[in-house]
Amino acid sequence: MAEITQSEMRHTGFLGLLQRFGLSGRALVMAVPYAWLLLFFLIPFLIVLKIALAESQMAIPPFTALVEMTEELKYQITVTFYNFHSMVTDDLYIIAYLNSVKIAFISTLCCLVLGYPVAYAIAKADPKWRAPLLMLIILPFWTSFLIRVYAWIGILSNNGVLNNVLMWLGIIDQPLQILYTPTATYIGITYSYLPFMILPLYSTLERLDNTLLEAAADLGCPPWKAFLTITLPLSVPGMIAGALLVFIPAMGEFVIPELLGGPDTLMIGRTLWTEFFNNRDWPLASAVAVALLLFLVVPIMLFQNVQGKQGGHP
Amino acid sequence: MATAQPSRTQTRLEPWRDPDEKPYVRIEKVTKKFGDFTAVDDVSLSIYRGEFFSLLGGSGSGKTTLLRMLAGFERPTEGKIFIDGIDMSNVPPYERPVNMMFQSYALFPHMTVESNIAFGLHQDKVGKAEIKERVADALNLVQLSQFGKRKPHQLSGGQRQRVALARALVKRPKLLLLDEPLGALDKKLREQTQFELVNIQEKVGITFIVVTHDQEEAMTMSSRIAVMNRGYIAQIGTPTEIYEYPNSRFTAEFIGSVNMFHGRIMESEPDHSLIRSDEADCDLYVSHPGHVAPGTECWVAVRPEKIAITKEGPATEGGRNQAMGTVKEIAYLGDVSIYEIELDTGKRVRVTAPMVTRRTEMPITWEDRVYLSWRPFAGSVLTS
Repeated sequence: MAEITQSEMRHTGFLGLLQRFGLSGRALVMAVPYAWLLLFFLIPFLIVLKIALAESQMAIPPFTALVEMTEELKYQITVTFYNFHSMVTDDLYIIAYLNSVKIAFISTLCCLVLGYPVAYAIAKADPKWRAPLLMLIILPFWTSFLIRVYAWIGILSNNGVLNNVLMWLGIIDQPLQILYTPTATYIGITYSYLPFMILPLYSTLERLDNTLLEAAADLGCPPWKAFLTITLPLSVPGMIAGALLVFIPAMGEFVIPELLGGPDTLMIGRTLWTEFFNNRDWPLASAVAVALLLFLVVPIMLFQNVQGKQGGHP
Repeated sequence: MATAQPSRTQTRLEPWRDPDEKPYVRIEKVTKKFGDFTAVDDVSLSIYRGEFFSLLGGSGSGKTTLLRMLAGFERPTEGKIFIDGIDMSNVPPYERPVNMMFQSYALFPHMTVESNIAFGLHQDKVGKAEIKERVADALNLVQLSQFGKRKPHQLSGGQRQRVALARALVKRPKLLLLDEPLGALDKKLREQTQFELVNIQEKVGITFIVVTHDQEEAMTMSSRIAVMNRGYIAQIGTPTEIYEYPNSRFTAEFIGSVNMFHGRIMESEPDHSLIRSDEADCDLYVSHPGHVAPGTECWVAVRPEKIAITKEGPATEGGRNQAMGTVKEIAYLGDVSIYEIELDTGKRVRVTAPMVTRRTEMPITWEDRVYLSWRPFAGSVLTS
């Protein structure tokens, strides 16, 4: 009896083949994204790591091999930490890292300050207006990121829209030098990543139980104070989620400082580019990339933790 | 319903009967409209100090809207609300001497039980030592002293309900509003909590206004009940008055169950009314003062537990207040049995009889011919 049911449960065809290898359909579904990550993230990362441990040389490829066969037909593994060492000792990289942290941090703060009122207003808007308002937030994504950053050149340049308007209004006589300064980078990053701040903030604020505010009012708390004591603390998970969604990509940002920032706007993404393509020092660039990744793992894990908590008890 | 003993009103003062007593809460011709929809329709109500007043009604009856207007979350479209003689029209919720216990409890999830309770006191800039003392007292009152450091999500439903009550009481408001205070509890806990709530109210002496859809809850706890229907007040009275002397078919049918006999007034005298009812196929004699002119169409309401059911014919004079029929349904509930009897006219009548004997010895069974009879004071004459 049991044998019959067991044989009946055995699938035929492709699923049967999978089962023979001890795989269920569910495992397959989960295996696909993992295979993707293995193929396009873990393996490239290992390659980069390998290059980071090699020495630079004038050849193709421009780095020494990790494993070499010597004349005595022995395999020889050559590992050098020289690149990591020079990364730590050379001020350039430390400054670039710190500058990236600073720019990402300030931009995140700008996004939070600008995004919170927007998210709050949408969450408090009439329900029929919420979907179109959110649509407007997402709308810029329909245009290429690169094009939108280029558009800022037109706005911020000395002969750009902003300066012309300000001069026409008589606020300034001389055009302001904004383009190719750190300010332009801040503007660009804040602009580009603002939706990533607004969306998680909105979803937190929208879920906020309105009766909590009524209860606060009922207990003698005026609206502004209820905002500070109830709304603000309860929207912290949204703020953290939004902040990390802005901070993490802003840290490694290359396009915005390259296009809008000046030569002095030092960010780690740009340094990486210069090292790879101008200096052709692949091993050092790889070491910088590995360090950047390790540096970002911390906030990413923090983000995962916050998300897990949010799912636990809202 | 027969078990609800309105004993509280007999031992308590009844300020609403005293013409010199000033009402503590006065609702004057209040109407609230949401667009075209009239949620509360020209309601006037006086509530006295120390009362346990219930607003009873089904969903959409306007009871919650009325409560929210007292709290200040909604503004009356027309009319005024006075609390302790002060017009509340332009007083925002956070300045009213009123606290509310929300149906969902609305506890602040990021604060401990203690901080939740202390929240209102902090707003009033009460001193630290006093806050500590009053929070401890409030926790003690609701028997949650050991739970002060917990967060709301670490409590059971019943405990959360008590935290909500403590938080609303700790400010010693002039008026405590309770929106379905027991709605989220299971039946057993609800029955216990009903009495607990009454005890707490008597201990703190604060005027309570409770919104509920549960008539049993209202009957057990209240000094007076306002029965609401589609935005207006159908009847105000003590639980006894509402149950024994309903003023309309709506109230009679909403509170408990009732048999309605359609008829026409024959006699209307200071000591009785006589109604001819084709539905009951007899004359109905009601020994309350008659207010209605002879010839008027009316209904006589008789509660199921006030009807006697017998197999032998009763000796009521002239065949008044008695009918004959066949037992169609019997529901055995343990303490009482419900009989559904089809009269010879086709009218179905519900009768409840206490189970004195064991079910096995039950003399009345399906398809038995039975006599129904009731005393002259059992019925109420209703014209609307």
